[in-house]
Amino acid sequence: MENNDFLTDWGISLMVFLPLAGALIMMLLPKAEEAAHKVVAVGASLASAAVGIALLADFDYDNAEKLQFVVDRSWIDVISSRYLVGIDGLSVPLIALTLLITPLVIIYSWNHFPAPHNPKAFLILILVLHTGMLGTFVAQDLILFFVFFEVVLLPMYFMIGVWGGEQRQYAAIKFFLYTLFGSALMIVSFLAVFFVTGGDSFSMVELARGVAERNAAGDLAMSTQVLIFGGMFMGFGIKVPMFPFHTWLPDAHTQAPTQGSVILAAVLLKLGTYGFIRVALPILPEAAVEWAPYIGLLAVIGIIYGALGCLAQTDMKRLIAFSSVAHMGFVMLGIATLTDFGLNAAVFGMVAHGLITGMLFFVAGSIKERFHTLEIKRLGGLLLQAPKLGWILGFTTMASLGLPGLAGFWGEFPAILSAYNPGADLSEELFRVYMVVAAIGTVLAAGYLLWLFQRTAFGTPNDEFADEHIHDVHGSEWLAWLPMLLLVLVLGVYPDLIFQVTDPAMDALGHTFATLGD
Amino acid sequence: MLSLLAQGTEFVRPDVDFHAFAPELVLTGAIVLVLLVDLFTPASSRGVVPQVAGVGLLAAMVPVLTLALDGTDRSLFGGAYAVDNFALVLKALFLVAGYVVVLLSTNYIAEGDYDEGEYYFLLLSSILGMTVMASSRDLISIFVALELLSIPAYMLAGWRKRDLHGNEAGAKYYLMGVFASAVMLYGMSLLYGFAGSTLLSDIGATIGEGDTRPLVTLGIILVIVGFAFKVSAVPFHTWAPDTYEGAPTPITAFLAVSSKAAGFVALLQLILVAFPGRTDVVGPLMWVLAALTMTVGNLIALRQTNIVRLLAYSGVAQAGFILAPLAVVGTNPDGALQAIITYLLIYAAMNLGAFAVVLAVARKTRSAEISTWGGLFEYAPGLTVLMSLFLFSLAGIPPLGGWLAKFVVFRSLLEPDLTAGGVTLAVVVGVNSVIALYYYANVARQMWMMPNPDGDRTPVRIPVSLGAALTLSIGVTVAFGVTNLATRFGDLAHLLPA
Repeated sequence: MENNDFLTDWGISLMVFLPLAGALIMMLLPKAEEAAHKVVAVGASLASAAVGIALLADFDYDNAEKLQFVVDRSWIDVISSRYLVGIDGLSVPLIALTLLITPLVIIYSWNHFPAPHNPKAFLILILVLHTGMLGTFVAQDLILFFVFFEVVLLPMYFMIGVWGGEQRQYAAIKFFLYTLFGSALMIVSFLAVFFVTGGDSFSMVELARGVAERNAAGDLAMSTQVLIFGGMFMGFGIKVPMFPFHTWLPDAHTQAPTQGSVILAAVLLKLGTYGFIRVALPILPEAAVEWAPYIGLLAVIGIIYGALGCLAQTDMKRLIAFSSVAHMGFVMLGIATLTDFGLNAAVFGMVAHGLITGMLFFVAGSIKERFHTLEIKRLGGLLLQAPKLGWILGFTTMASLGLPGLAGFWGEFPAILSAYNPGADLSEELFRVYMVVAAIGTVLAAGYLLWLFQRTAFGTPNDEFADEHIHDVHGSEWLAWLPMLLLVLVLGVYPDLIFQVTDPAMDALGHTFATLGD
Repeated sequence: MLSLLAQGTEFVRPDVDFHAFAPELVLTGAIVLVLLVDLFTPASSRGVVPQVAGVGLLAAMVPVLTLALDGTDRSLFGGAYAVDNFALVLKALFLVAGYVVVLLSTNYIAEGDYDEGEYYFLLLSSILGMTVMASSRDLISIFVALELLSIPAYMLAGWRKRDLHGNEAGAKYYLMGVFASAVMLYGMSLLYGFAGSTLLSDIGATIGEGDTRPLVTLGIILVIVGFAFKVSAVPFHTWAPDTYEGAPTPITAFLAVSSKAAGFVALLQLILVAFPGRTDVVGPLMWVLAALTMTVGNLIALRQTNIVRLLAYSGVAQAGFILAPLAVVGTNPDGALQAIITYLLIYAAMNLGAFAVVLAVARKTRSAEISTWGGLFEYAPGLTVLMSLFLFSLAGIPPLGGWLAKFVVFRSLLEPDLTAGGVTLAVVVGVNSVIALYYYANVARQMWMMPNPDGDRTPVRIPVSLGAALTLSIGVTVAFGVTNLATRFGDLAHLLPA
């Protein structure tokens, strides 16, 4: 029992700040001690994962809609912001995803440090990112949430800008400026919500209650709520990214080093969608209903635009980046339906996209390392030269296009289905149109992904690489990839693993929308 | 005066509370000591002078702390001089920031061909003026404090006397400064003429309360414009970049942080104590000044290639952020005060830190051009990381101090009710934060991502005093970002009720 008390009080904080502690230790170690840096980095991320697993094991899944392991301490009391953290059914899958991806990325890095090398700085940045991502998923106070949400910016900026490709500096600053623009409007919205609810607390639960009370009393103008939601929409929508704010993503993804792309795709994009479900919808449900048709519209535009964008790409990484735009469109469509069904699909879609697209970027990175190019027309015959790598790519593209039995399916299919019957008196006709458009999107997805696989893996190797010896998947790659591949399969066969965790929490949120009119 | 004369010829010794201005007395002692030490020590051991100056500043902190522990608000000289929490927090800021400037100056002045004793004498005198400013609640004491802090600063700005840029810096600063003083004095004379008193609280009681005669309004505007020069608000900012570039870098840091803060202190006292009823003039005026200052400062900063000029224009833009809460001073005076004090504290830490790195890097590159900073990450990773932290703190990226400063500004603009003026200014602040990020990130880009321009990879040797300044600045910048220290000080700093 004592053990559990310790977990309750310190578990979350340990999990979040252990990576940061690791980073601080590494700052004190000399740069030349590369092995020590790797050991500390992997140790810190695994220690954090161990605490996280203990938390998840101790989590009460029967009451997954309740915040658990809540810690509520005074922080910046002058601005009424508290150190308020806790996890519920919505955070669990995303925390698990983050805890899995970061150690795998560090393991993958072991002998794959991109130029200009410097493992010390690279790993410190990854650990700081890790703290920022985990913190975002546990924060229950808006200001704390905002701080963690922004902490990830700097490490990612440097990761792209220093270790990235040819156009890295342009991509890095573009990423930074876009996200900061969204954040600036978002913080104004956070403050506006804070003041319209009386200015007592930044706790998300309290704010939601405050807005509901003022709505019940009928003294909060709908136009104000819609504007406040608009600010949050900019912050989270740019991060997702939603069409038309997506243009930073292809550049960032293409230029980032493999590790950066993986983290960006697997976790960072989820901060945006998570923000919608955790912050925007519960606090401003009525404004969300006003916005939902437009979010849905942008989501399906994203699906089609992303897919068409993919078909026009000549670079493998850029193609995967555009496919992210399309996939995040499905997630946003699920959210826009405002039903528990759609929201569950969205959370599943986030995890599935994290695993699958993360995996695709890993494979792309390994291909780049072997062939020194990602130009699709120069590649070919991967199955002959490196059959294992080729089949892994095949497996992942199948998962990505939503093949039933693999994880991708359970993100896309329910999201489309949920649009058939949107919640909160949203126009059925409109959402059914969205549904049809999204379904067409899956066909296009199958098109571009199969096309990608076909041109890179089938056929014979291009003349320029025909005589080269291409090393097949090696040790650290297996170590980093196997858990992800297995999970893609397991979640595809048994999706309930996630649904039963998220369902209670999403049910509660869906219920809010179902009873809005009453 | 007349009433004093009428009291008769018998002189009554005024009751003076020496504890209340012990910080100023200690500082005056230190000033004298610096002069004497410089006079009686041989040239070979002049290194002791900055140490005397530093210790003097820290010694002056002691009575500030005892006064803070004592906690009673004190008012001297018929209300012209107040020692309240507001004054104490700001005195502490001026003394600590002054100490950091001494640390920054130690090697710069010793290794250059400069007069050391006079330098520290003038520096301490200027700091003395600032500590007086924090307590001044009377037009005359405000003016005396302003001149006491400005005149030494004019000389210090031209301290590189064999350099044309240095001469330009001093001359420009002096001419602009005395012009601003003249404008302000004229405004003050108008206010005195209408109010019949120089006490800020009297002015607040007589004409501050809704006296809309045009000449009163003119007086208010002229006084504010005078201080707008001091805080380098657009369109009164033109002296700042040239002066900053030509002045010795430690003095640039001093002007950008301490002198600017002193200007804001005076503005706060005037607006909150003397013109509380005239927010109909002050609010819109400040809205326009703030929006102009941050936007113009940022846009010009985008084009700078010299790090000192960049920091000068970024300082102009930051002044716009600091002015912003005054736009809503009518509806939210407490919030505006708290936001500005918090911002000043955080701004001092991060800006002094940035200047410390500039000084350290210039020891190797002998230049302030940003292009010479290429590849810094390879041979000076520690300085690079520190500079990046200071820059991104200035840009307002959490969890560094600067975000909290921006946050309190946003907060004051939206509190307690959403007003059109407040919300639009908040959006202007938001957009400007993004513009500012571009040029801050551009410096980071040079350090981290560009190649070394001349291939010289000798590590930068950081002298002890500079290292101490860096440690102090980064510690405070981070601590202010993740704890409630800065906001606590900001919240404490209530003005003595008039």
